Amino acid sequence: MKSKVNRELPDDLMQKLDYKPFETTEIGHPEIQRVAPKVHVSTGDDKIVDSIKQVVADTVKDGMTISFHHHFRNGDFVFNQVMRVIIDAGIKNLTLAPSSLTGVMNDMVIEAIKAGTITNITSSGMRGSLGDFVSHGGLKNPVIFRSHGNRARAIEHGDIKIDVAFLGVPSADRLGNANGMEGNAVFGSLGYALMDAQYADQVVLLTDNIVDYPNTPASIKQTQVDYVVKVDKVGDPDKIGSGATRFTKDPKELKIASMVNDVITHSPYFKDGFSFQTGSGGAALAVTRYLRQSMIDNQITASFALGGITKPTTDLLNEGLVKKVMDVQDFDKGAADSMHTNGNQQEIDASWYADPDNKGAMVDQLDVVILSALEIDTKFNVNVMTGSDGVIRGAIGGHQDAATGKLTIISAPLVRGRIATVVPDVTTVVTPGDSVDVLVTEFGIAINPKRTDLIAVLSNIPGLPVYKIEDLQKMAEKRVGTPKPLEFTDRTVALIEYRDGTVIDTVKEVKD
Amino acid sequence: MEIKKTAIAGTLESSDIQLMISQADSGIAIDLQSDVKKVFGDQIEAVITTTLNEMGVTSAKVKAVDKGALDCVIKARTIAAVQRAAETTATPAWEVL
Amino acid sequence: MAENEERLRRTMMFVPGNNPAMVKDAGIYGADSIMFDLEDSVSLPEKDAARLLVYEALQTQDYGTAEMVVRVNGQDTPFYDNDVKAMVKAGIDVIRLPKAESPEMVQKLDADIAAAEKEFGREAGSTHLMAAIESAKGVLRAADIAAASDRMIGIALSAEDYTTDMKTHRYPDGRELEFARNMVLHAARAAGVAAFDTVFTNMDDTEGFYRETEYIHQLGFDGKSLVNPRQIPMVNKVYEPTEAEIKNARNVINAIQEAKLKGSGVISMNGQMVDRPVVLRAQRVMKLAKASNLVDEEGNYLEK
Repeated sequence: MKSKVNRELPDDLMQKLDYKPFETTEIGHPEIQRVAPKVHVSTGDDKIVDSIKQVVADTVKDGMTISFHHHFRNGDFVFNQVMRVIIDAGIKNLTLAPSSLTGVMNDMVIEAIKAGTITNITSSGMRGSLGDFVSHGGLKNPVIFRSHGNRARAIEHGDIKIDVAFLGVPSADRLGNANGMEGNAVFGSLGYALMDAQYADQVVLLTDNIVDYPNTPASIKQTQVDYVVKVDKVGDPDKIGSGATRFTKDPKELKIASMVNDVITHSPYFKDGFSFQTGSGGAALAVTRYLRQSMIDNQITASFALGGITKPTTDLLNEGLVKKVMDVQDFDKGAADSMHTNGNQQEIDASWYADPDNKGAMVDQLDVVILSALEIDTKFNVNVMTGSDGVIRGAIGGHQDAATGKLTIISAPLVRGRIATVVPDVTTVVTPGDSVDVLVTEFGIAINPKRTDLIAVLSNIPGLPVYKIEDLQKMAEKRVGTPKPLEFTDRTVALIEYRDGTVIDTVKEVKD
Repeated sequence: MEIKKTAIAGTLESSDIQLMISQADSGIAIDLQSDVKKVFGDQIEAVITTTLNEMGVTSAKVKAVDKGALDCVIKARTIAAVQRAAETTATPAWEVL
Repeated sequence: MAENEERLRRTMMFVPGNNPAMVKDAGIYGADSIMFDLEDSVSLPEKDAARLLVYEALQTQDYGTAEMVVRVNGQDTPFYDNDVKAMVKAGIDVIRLPKAESPEMVQKLDADIAAAEKEFGREAGSTHLMAAIESAKGVLRAADIAAASDRMIGIALSAEDYTTDMKTHRYPDGRELEFARNMVLHAARAAGVAAFDTVFTNMDDTEGFYRETEYIHQLGFDGKSLVNPRQIPMVNKVYEPTEAEIKNARNVINAIQEAKLKGSGVISMNGQMVDRPVVLRAQRVMKLAKASNLVDEEGNYLEK
């Protein structure tokens, strides 16, 4: 069978896992039954546990689903400590269901797979040695990649049934009231972990900072927590920041950013009270800077900024140019600290942020969103998952979710090194072209032909050449040459879900 | 053109290619390292080989470390390496350019 | 003097000739002129490699409508001859001679270009040249240098070497360059060629860059040499004509067309005769306005 973006899906797997192929970006108005977690009743006086070993022995059994969050990013000390104990305990056949996997976890995951401890994975993404391992067939069962909003949906539906959630926090009290803002290794919003805290059958907090009861503000509440484990260190504060906060000096990125800003300011959405999501990365931060100037020049303020938050965005909040920041994760310490001090920076969970099966998610209210791409094809389909060698090296993140914004801009250079970004067909479809509106490259922009309204308003901007996306693709190919097609085996190593839980594409094992 | 000594041209910077050319008994042997080898490896080797042929080099050992160079860069670095190896840098082979 | 006198030359972007990433991307920033450098930015052992890289790039890469310039090594170096030959063969628009101190140096380059054009079958006279003034000698002979060749399109002040020669260095206010700037500019204007101001290297001093660019714009320079693409939009902004200048220029152009239609040799506007300098200025304003995206195809001012 095929998904609507013309990708062949393996019938046997689709049937076995009871999947439907992706049809449409429209969610409609279905009625949904959510699940509820088990509760082990307690007065709360017995939650403190001395050792991870003890809590693992009490909670984790063969065949369970365990989860973690990735708010510590590459400064995470929790994942490896817990997995070490689980592997050593000889536990088998676990499903690993973290919000995402960061580089610092790679070696441990590979070891756990080889030991038979982990046999299934669902994640937003993976990179480096783990992506390489999976792409070369290292895990028997296919990885299921889900966006942040889709993970929230899957948890609420029971598609992901978390038995035990291990959640690192920089501060908690003895009953488990916890936040991400106080302590040594602070990361700000606990947005993704809030889903696990709410829906896991057992919730284990790990902290290096047990504070007086009751700990407020409490993002995770004592009503949700089964165990509190004291560890030496939950994370390395220097490695939590994604390093994305420095403004780029790369003239190409600046040029793209300034063109993105031109698209935004000439669109009908750029008016008082608009909303936006810019994400992280050098070019996205540069857009925020250009946008700030345009907002000042035109006396326009935004009603909210959404998503993963960086300091340049919280600076806009402090300047009054943005009224509210709706914060599912913070990419740097500046943004994390601001959450502590600015009451207009609201912590939101992944469901509130982006869950499609909701009574209204924030992304549904989003006007302008800027997203990146490893590849974009002439159908405007975007790949943020596999690299030019076909190997897994990315994450869906909030890409599919935020792309439902009214003006979705993909910001990407036409070519990177010798690799074209604009291609005839992306290797892996993550976000369908139907939800992408404008592509901005250093050479010019392309507008999705379905957006005739945007073609009308964006076609005569001075200094902003408009191309057909097919022409941009040809320009890219002319510069770098025609690549030899990648070779894959028939074996499926990963499924890419669309945010509604259908399957949009697969990743095959690479042939080397 | 005769390879008289081992010579290097190009750098390991992004978008460049570093080529080391040395003497060989017969034929052309290319050892290529590249992040884009899967999709452009054949093309890179073809550009190097064609350029060597045009310069009349029939036997040489080539070690190439590619950092995403375009064909024009590969050709320029190959010519530079050969001229250095053949000690003809001061009298370029205009017909090959 | 070369024929394409009216070309806009607000920005001449320097690109190190041995850097493939920068050579490859040089075309995307909208510089009026792109200058690949084989001289100071290339170390001695890499001179051959840079020459070959620039040559191959010129054969294959698309640099749009930019004027392509190459700075060759000086006539006192062993690289000069092969640089000139290779660039003429590559079909470069302009060869830039560094450290020009006499009209004889320009005439030697002219002769070398002519020989190379013949050797490689290029149209005679199709390769232009320009000269960089980098010393007291060069400044004092700027007028002769600017007028030394029919291939000449412009002269440029190069302040780093010049200030060293003058036993000073560059100051933020640029007073040490006053004489040289005026000499170069007058020499260029007298010879009917373009005048390029020197580079401004402190990328963190945006205010200083604007101050200097506004100053040389006021003096009458065609434009400025640049070391970073980020400076291109800043220079273009300084060279943007005002709305009033554009509307006035538009009226002058209309008057010319009206006179043409009437078959009248005399151009008049609001009952007054329009003389040649006014026409030339109007044409230049309209060209700048178009390049700055301030007017539509018909020359009507676009409200911001």
